[in-house]
Amino acid sequence: MAYDKFTILRSSAVPMPNENVDTDQIIPARFLKATERKGFGDNLFRDWRYNNDNTPKADFVLNNPTYSGKILVGGKNFGSGSSREHAAWAIYDYGFRCVVSSFFADIFQNNSINVGILPVKVSPEFLEKIFAAIDADPKTELEVNLPAQTITLLATGESESFAINEYKKHNLTNGYDDIDYLLSMKEEIGAFAETRPF
Amino acid sequence: MSTPKTLFDKVWDAHVIRQVKDGPDVLFIDRHFIHEVTSPVAFLGLENRGASVLYPDRTFATADHNTPTINQHLPVADPLSANQLAALERNATQYGISHWGLGHIKNGIVHVVGPENGITLPGMTIVCGDSHTSTHGAFGAIAFGIGTSEVEMVLATQCIMQPKPKKMRITVNGKPGKAVLPKDVILYIISQTSASGATGYFVEYAGEVFENMTMEGRMTVCNMTIEMGARGGMIAPDETTLNYLKGRDLSPKGEQWDKLVPYWLSLKTDEGATFDLDLTFDAADIEPQITYGTNPGLGTGVTHQIPTADSVKDGSASYKKSLQYMGFQESESMIGKPVDFVFLGSCTNGRIEDFRAFASIVKGRKKADNITAWLVPGSHIVEKQIQEEGILDILTQAGFELRQPGCSACLAMNDDKVPAGKYAVSTSNRNFEGRQGPGARTLLASPLVAAAAAVTGVVTDPRQFI
Repeated sequence: MAYDKFTILRSSAVPMPNENVDTDQIIPARFLKATERKGFGDNLFRDWRYNNDNTPKADFVLNNPTYSGKILVGGKNFGSGSSREHAAWAIYDYGFRCVVSSFFADIFQNNSINVGILPVKVSPEFLEKIFAAIDADPKTELEVNLPAQTITLLATGESESFAINEYKKHNLTNGYDDIDYLLSMKEEIGAFAETRPF
Repeated sequence: MSTPKTLFDKVWDAHVIRQVKDGPDVLFIDRHFIHEVTSPVAFLGLENRGASVLYPDRTFATADHNTPTINQHLPVADPLSANQLAALERNATQYGISHWGLGHIKNGIVHVVGPENGITLPGMTIVCGDSHTSTHGAFGAIAFGIGTSEVEMVLATQCIMQPKPKKMRITVNGKPGKAVLPKDVILYIISQTSASGATGYFVEYAGEVFENMTMEGRMTVCNMTIEMGARGGMIAPDETTLNYLKGRDLSPKGEQWDKLVPYWLSLKTDEGATFDLDLTFDAADIEPQITYGTNPGLGTGVTHQIPTADSVKDGSASYKKSLQYMGFQESESMIGKPVDFVFLGSCTNGRIEDFRAFASIVKGRKKADNITAWLVPGSHIVEKQIQEEGILDILTQAGFELRQPGCSACLAMNDDKVPAGKYAVSTSNRNFEGRQGPGARTLLASPLVAAAAAVTGVVTDPRQFI
């Protein structure tokens, strides 16, 4: 699935400091019944975002016009639980391009990169600084620079580096995916398969 | 003498086709399981690329997440579910993939039918678009869950690109106490490590508790390894593994079997091999467990009190939100908490041993009036065993009914939804908010704890019945 190239993103951010935000919350199971990748953003955080009668819950951050932007800032262990890529699709479809946390669940992190969302892992201290900055000014802007692997609070210039695998970085900056790479290896794969004992 | 290797290294290294410079390993995948929920978009992607399924004979499809657990002979009522099931069948047929759809004698939950039919073997790499693929690690396979883009990747290339995870060993020695099942062992371990304590790691289980455990118990343990954040868990193959596999429908036979046995038995961690993290627990500390919060790490001994917010590893705000959702208070006792639903089933505890354990307590007793019980076998083969072993009679006499196989109330994608605010003692793997239906409250526990709740109507220590 092609996605937009990711290089430098400047945006305000939406804060969600809860820890252990699992993918069942990001997109509940009952919304996984589609056979096409369409419309998942409407159900992002469905049960935190809407009452049973489909009216928005006023106290949920996505319903608060004070906060907006292409960056979602989450608490520790963001994306735990189910392997459903639909969670990453919902985040992307809603309009986020980057998720920041001090700790990501493994499969969620892989899924995010595979669909064009950059997961940025920062230190717990820097995460606190980001939350505090958003708290003080909801329109505060962050700059996420993938080529330089830095995330910066633009108001103060405070910055931190983040790690990303060179190969994955190359893919994200160019909008490529792993399948293109592997399809070019078909002969090598075929030869290897012959050697498997089962 | 070569460098000592762990079990995980041996299996991983045997599957690396290429190491990408500054990137992930290209790993060959021996078996790919697919189901109706996470595969349709992958097949669409394949079509858009003009690619095909590279090895249909290494790919197996079963319908499980969406399937009803009653009247499976009738058309599936929910049009969206029916549409996904039809898409799986259509895609499997188009690409020549074995498909065990509704009504097929081998149909059932993907992580139950793989092992019971001998598709899962030691030394394999196995993936599926489902996080509980880690179940297959019980056989000494490297098995892990993947996303839909990766399902497309494996369909097209039979490979996956993964950085090699770090290695953790969890050793449990000693003798488990009365009424302690493998589910209690793993719930205890998760409660000690937290829901994120093994993120970035692949776990090997070692020690006499796992050596003495049945294959079904090992599957329960490996299944829930993902709930502490690990990519997967595995256990070295041994005589127990071979005895389980021998003669299964798709297991290797004759000469091929004889040739594989020495290889399989060589798949164990060498003396002197090192792990990035080594944890040790004592089986004597483990009693029947129950969860009280909204992630699987928030659990404790069934007779214990709910911990206070300042004593847990999760942030106190998240912890309080969790207790609020559950309708519980800090320091309350779990014993005697009211229960509305009991769910026996899922890829964690939907196997024959789980039904035997459940029946051992309900035998000669009656279902409590306030309990709605959903007893859901993991496969038709398990369903048949339940009938043949006389377990069905025991359940029926106690006032229970047996349903038809599928994932059911584990994630409530079908009609088996626990209503908002109701409490379910559940043998499944996740107690997240809304996991068993919007607003439902889940207490994870073993089949024995579930049975004790089913006959008393409240959270009960199963040891009083044994």
